[in-house]
Formats: sequence, structure tokens, C-alpha cells
Amino acid sequence: MSLAKRIIPCLDVDNGRVVKGVKFVDIRDAGDPVEVARRYDREGADEITFLDITATHDNRDTIAHVVEQVASEVFIPLTVGGGIRTLGDIRRMLYAGADKVGINSAAVNNPEFVRKAAERFGSQCIVVAIDAKKVSQPGEAGRWEIFTHGGRKATGIDAVEWAKRMAGYGAGEILLTSMDRDGTREGFDLPLTRAISEAVSVPVIASGGVGNLDHLADGVIEGKADAVLAASIFHFAEYSIHQAKEHMASRGIEMRI
Amino acid sequence: MSSVAVIDYGMGNLHSIAKALQHASPPDADVQIVADAEVILQADRVVFPGVGAIRDCIQALNKSGLSAVIQSVAKTKPLLGICLGMQALLTDSEENGNIDGLGIIPGHVVRFPDNLMDSQGNTLKIPHMGWNQVHQKPHPLWNKIPQDSRFYFVHSYYAIPDDASVVAATTEYPDAFACALAQDNVFAVQFHPEKSQAVGLQLLNNFLHWDGQA
Repeated sequence: MSLAKRIIPCLDVDNGRVVKGVKFVDIRDAGDPVEVARRYDREGADEITFLDITATHDNRDTIAHVVEQVASEVFIPLTVGGGIRTLGDIRRMLYAGADKVGINSAAVNNPEFVRKAAERFGSQCIVVAIDAKKVSQPGEAGRWEIFTHGGRKATGIDAVEWAKRMAGYGAGEILLTSMDRDGTREGFDLPLTRAISEAVSVPVIASGGVGNLDHLADGVIEGKADAVLAASIFHFAEYSIHQAKEHMASRGIEMRI
Repeated sequence: MSSVAVIDYGMGNLHSIAKALQHASPPDADVQIVADAEVILQADRVVFPGVGAIRDCIQALNKSGLSAVIQSVAKTKPLLGICLGMQALLTDSEENGNIDGLGIIPGHVVRFPDNLMDSQGNTLKIPHMGWNQVHQKPHPLWNKIPQDSRFYFVHSYYAIPDDASVVAATTEYPDAFACALAQDNVFAVQFHPEKSQAVGLQLLNNFLHWDGQA
């Protein structure tokens, strides 16, 4: 008997529709978020994450409305990320029925915001999302930096140091995305995942690059992730969440099946 | 007709709990999020939720006068404590440098030690977050819930009651700890039934039908 590793499908939501871009271009429509969330819940998702990818320039009420609808019929933890910048944004998402919020650029711009958010709402609902890119040369020890603006803007901040700092400020969980792998279907950046997971005491969710079910298992076994997040392999019904869980269990990972 | 009061003291994921209770309720049940002492005292049953830090929780309860209301409910009608709402029922907690709780269930709340390891030598993360198995002891609130079902947890502290006979279920992380307590008409859980899908809704439904007897 032990704690199960989690599978978290992620819904990238643009103007109220689920979409998935490959390296943030070539966006394909993957459906109504409420429908998709319902299906994932039936298939045994352990949590669901909504990433509002239009948050910076569009109407913010759309995502709150989606969360509200999902929360009234899906009873597993729900996380909302994208454009969370103020305590008011967090309150609004929790009020709509979210259990956790993902904070990304706002943490980089103002690290104290994470501390305030954790003090006000509790660490259990504060997920710090880290977008990291490899900056070390081949042959060197692995080094990764934080990038913002969808991987376009370097910050010069070391990813491992940043994860430790955010956990110290009260982040209850780290959502780690490899910007090198995101959308590539080549698998997680396992050395990055492992480096972060071993550096912090809080759970780490691996994200970015899943193309098959072995990638999910590798994230846990080699990357030491506590949870794995994927989007496109589930959206287009290539694999069901249930299949993914069965596969991970067959590789010796404790799962909720 | 049955009325359920979800205590609103300015903390906690009240909306998640109210939505789950509504979903789990018979159609004629009346689920309300309330801060008003009179309404809470008149309800047929009461849910005491909570997330966040214990100091803020106890301060908010004392300031609003709801501590006394919960004390009274605990003697008279079915009461369900969830997460921090369970921890606050004990005598004290070592969180925030030792805080007195409501003292309804004698015992203490302590933190998981750092550097916990599982049987394969992997470090266990704190908070204990995710779906873990719940080993039940006989109680009507486990009705129709398979033994060792997984429920959703997120916490860094856990309860150690003085009287082991009030333990209604245990979970391992890596050692067994009390994840549910039952004392007369009070039932309390460390996990989140409102976030534990079918088994969680069943537990809420069982609570809505519970007469407060073991």
C-alpha cells in the first residue's frame, strides 16, 4: 500500500475551446473543455489542469465559466493556470471551483507574490509552473534556465535554484515543463526532471514532450516525478487515461486503477 | 427533508464541498454555506471544512464565535470534519508553533518528519499529496465503499488521538497514521471526499444518511 503516482491530463484552453499547438504553432481544435474533462474523469484521471493560453490578451471570464461548469460535475482536483497575476485572480478561480492555481510569469516577475499567495490561500493550492530550457553544452553537467513568454524570453535564472526558492516560499507543488521537449513527442527531459525532483521536498509534475506511454512511466521511474502531465496523446484519443495507467502499473508503478 | 450547513469562517474550499454535497444529496436536501450561528445550530447536520494554516483557522473561529457553535454541534448532531476541519477538532497542533485546537477529540496534530523514505529508498514528498489507500474499520460512513479504496489527500500534518479506539481508518505514508476519526456523532477525515470521485461522493452520501450512531 502506498501513495499512487498521478496522471494529469492538461487542457490548453483558447477562448473556451481545447486546443493543442506543436511548439505553440499549428493549433488544432480538440473540443469542448467540459466534454473533454468529463471524458477524462470517466477514464480515471487523477486531476485535471486547465491552461488558459489566451489569458494575456483575452476575456478572463471564459475560463472561470469553464471551471465552474466542470467543478459542478467532476469531483477530482482541478488546477487552473495562465495569466494568474494577483490574489484577486486566485480568489476568482478558487471561487469558480478550482482547487489549485498555477503561477508562472508572475512568480518570475515578483517572487514575493508566491509567498503572499501561499500565506493567504495555503500552500496546497499554489502550484509554481516552471518553464525550463537546457543551457549547458553537450558534455557539460546539465544546466537549465527559466524562460518566460512561451519559451522566448531567457531570464538567466537557474531552474534548480529557482525550484528550491519557490518551494521555500510556500509553493505546494512544482509543475515543470521542458521547453526543449514541449510539443515534440520525444519524451520528458529526464535529467531535468530528476534534478528538480531531487532538489525539492514538494511534489514535482513532469510536463513537456510525451509521445507514448513509456514516456509517462520513464518520467516517474527515471525522472522521479510524482505526477505526469500530458495533453495531446489524450486529446486525440490515441490512448485513454485508463490505458496509460495500466501501462504504468505494468512497469511496477503504483497507480489508482 | 434534511438540511446540511457547511460552516463558512472565511477559509477553505467551501464551493467544492458544497457542489459535491449537492451532487451526493437526495433531491430534497438543502445544502447551505453559512456563517450564521443560528442557521448552523438549526441544521440537521454540519460539515466543518478547512484548508490552509491552523492558526488562521482557529483565529477565524474564535473571532466569529463559531468555536462555541462547533462545540455545541459536536454534542448534538452529525458533524463531519474535513482536512484542517479534522485537525482543528483535536487538543492542539504543532503547526505555527503549537496552537490550541477545539479539544473535541483528545489528541495532538504533528508534522510528517523530513526525509521519509519508501521501501525502495525513494524520498517521500511533503505535503503528502495524491491518492492513497484508506484502510477502514467498521463504521456506517464506509457503507458501500470497498476496503482500501483510494482517496485524495493533501496535507503535511496528521492527527494522533489519545484514545486509539476513535481511529476509523488508517493510511500508510510510509507508517500508518489515522486518516479518519469517529467519536460518537463526530466523524472526521484527513482526505478530501469532495475531491475523491465516486468513493468520496459515496462517503458524503453516507454522511447525509447518518443518524450519528456508530
